[in-house]
Amino acid sequence: MLEIRGLTAAVDGKPILHGIDLAVPTGEVHAIMGPNGSGKSTLSYVLAGRDGYEVTGGSATFDGEDLLAMAPEARAAAGLFLAFQYPVELPGVGNANFLRTALNALRRARGEAELDAVQFLKLARVEAKRLSMPDDMLKRNVNVGFSGGEKKRNEVLQMAILRPRLAILDETDSGLDIDALRIVADGVNALRSPQSSALVITHYQRLLDHIVPDRVHVLAGGRIVRSGGPELARVLEEGGYASVVADAA
Amino acid sequence: MNALAPLPPAWLREGAAAFLSRYEGLRERLPGDVAVRAAGAAAFRGRGLPGMREEAWHYTSLRALAETRFAEPLTPVADCATLMARLPALDAPRLVFVDGRFRDDLSLVPTLAAVRVGGPGYGTLAQPGREQMVALNTMLAEDGATIEVAEGADAGTLLLVSLGTGGPPDRPVAFHPRHALRLGTGARLVLFEVALGAGGYLHNAVLEVSVGADAALTHLRLQDESSAAFHVSTLYAEIAARGTYDSFALALGARLARMEVHARLAGKGAAAHLNAAQLLGGAQHGDFTTVVTHDAPHCASRQTVKNVLAGRSRGVFQGRIEVARDAQKTDGYQMNQALLLSAEAEIDSKPQLEIYADDVKCSHGATVGELDPEQMFYLRSRGIPAPEARAMLVRAFLAAAFEPITHAAGRAALEAAAAGWWERQAS
Repeated sequence: MLEIRGLTAAVDGKPILHGIDLAVPTGEVHAIMGPNGSGKSTLSYVLAGRDGYEVTGGSATFDGEDLLAMAPEARAAAGLFLAFQYPVELPGVGNANFLRTALNALRRARGEAELDAVQFLKLARVEAKRLSMPDDMLKRNVNVGFSGGEKKRNEVLQMAILRPRLAILDETDSGLDIDALRIVADGVNALRSPQSSALVITHYQRLLDHIVPDRVHVLAGGRIVRSGGPELARVLEEGGYASVVADAA
Repeated sequence: MNALAPLPPAWLREGAAAFLSRYEGLRERLPGDVAVRAAGAAAFRGRGLPGMREEAWHYTSLRALAETRFAEPLTPVADCATLMARLPALDAPRLVFVDGRFRDDLSLVPTLAAVRVGGPGYGTLAQPGREQMVALNTMLAEDGATIEVAEGADAGTLLLVSLGTGGPPDRPVAFHPRHALRLGTGARLVLFEVALGAGGYLHNAVLEVSVGADAALTHLRLQDESSAAFHVSTLYAEIAARGTYDSFALALGARLARMEVHARLAGKGAAAHLNAAQLLGGAQHGDFTTVVTHDAPHCASRQTVKNVLAGRSRGVFQGRIEVARDAQKTDGYQMNQALLLSAEAEIDSKPQLEIYADDVKCSHGATVGELDPEQMFYLRSRGIPAPEARAMLVRAFLAAAFEPITHAAGRAALEAAAAGWWERQAS
């Protein structure tokens, strides 16, 4: 589904990614772990198409299509979703309106009929309830006045409604207490299917107790330095990043 | 500084002379109070058109207006059906003026308010000696409405409409409607003022509003003039004790527009809300200028003015709050915000506070920004195409300005007009 080859990228002229090779097959969940500053967030922004993240080499394809040539909205229409590490506040934009506009834009791009307000609210309430979100979070402005945990839950709500084929979760666990972590993980697990994939980016192993990955990759210094099964997360937990990174060097 | 004030530029003098010669030709035929008109003419002869050397007009040049030779509106004018179809769909009586003249056949005269037409509705609040465009209006006003809402009456909603027809392309016209509105003690009214048009013209209106004690006026204004038009309007409002003047103005049209408001809080506990939004594109120039005078204690004034500027447009906001020595416990608030959608757009913002009382709460602020790239990326990453994402953020920026409008149908009409503006920009 996602194929990254020799990807290099720079921010403000400074090289951050030094040649990433990574393949996430359909139906699999992969985790990327790495110390701070290893390039985890840069990778997620490059894949989602954020301005200011300059691809200097390599390729990334999504179902064989050149992902890097697509506008951010086209990537979303193709089925990619980034759960932001720092969700953006949108004062003056109601959450329900935002979600419905996004869902209808995707449905339009896929040639499906748009949902009216009533149909949409019915769907949104079911998904919000599943994530233990109060109904009023749909009425509030997007992420405005939300606690850190509420913002992360709102990301997962968007994911649940938009149903991406490839979800990239950028440190979705940061700032969550253990109960919120469980709710968010359950939300992600509910979306697992043979047709969809996920790339879970995290600093800590604890999220991977709840979302068990098929593969774990260690990102350090802008490269994948080691890949393995879920047990690699435990090795990191016990030995720290230093052991793994030093081995590879 | 100079002992001799320099003469105004020739184009300004010539523009004024053209209006004066029109007055000389028409004066015998113009209706209404001769003395008021003559005083207006004397003031205009003395000071002419305002130039940018004058503080009140520092950011707005009337050069293009002064260089245009305006003709008298034609009688009768052509069919107005196309313009009438653009009126907000409100189930309410309406007073329709075409090129400054009352049109009985297009109007639905209200039953809950007393209305007089057929000549200028001169009031007592206007200051032609101070405001030159008001002097011009006073000198050349042909028609207008005098509207009175009796003590204790609720007159519902009333539309006050100006349609400019512009005439043939080489024959722009000028009209100077003059209206007066009085609300008796405890009276209520929602006045929805709409200015629309096609072709080239100058619409130079004056409205004098008197809000009685405990009375409440909601004043919604939609300026959606022709893109070739000049729009100048000056409003004087005087608000008596515990009275409320609650206004919202949406300015979208005209090549050059100046909306000037002078609101005086004259009685204890009066309130004035002068909210506005200016949406400008292309080479449009829009000026919203307000002077709020707190002349009595325990009065409140609120102003939130939002500007969305695209293309090479230029927005101006000048807001002065004057607090007299006796106006203790004044609560004044003013906020001007601009969203610049292009690198060539410009906003000039000039707040002024003049406070002579010592126990007051007055605040003002101004912000200028562009669309937030992070917000744009967030929306687009969810599949929302860039034009739609931009529209959402512009709407969100304006939301706080529309929010205080309590009249639901009026608010819907204004929001629809703003959405229409956005579609015109995007296309």
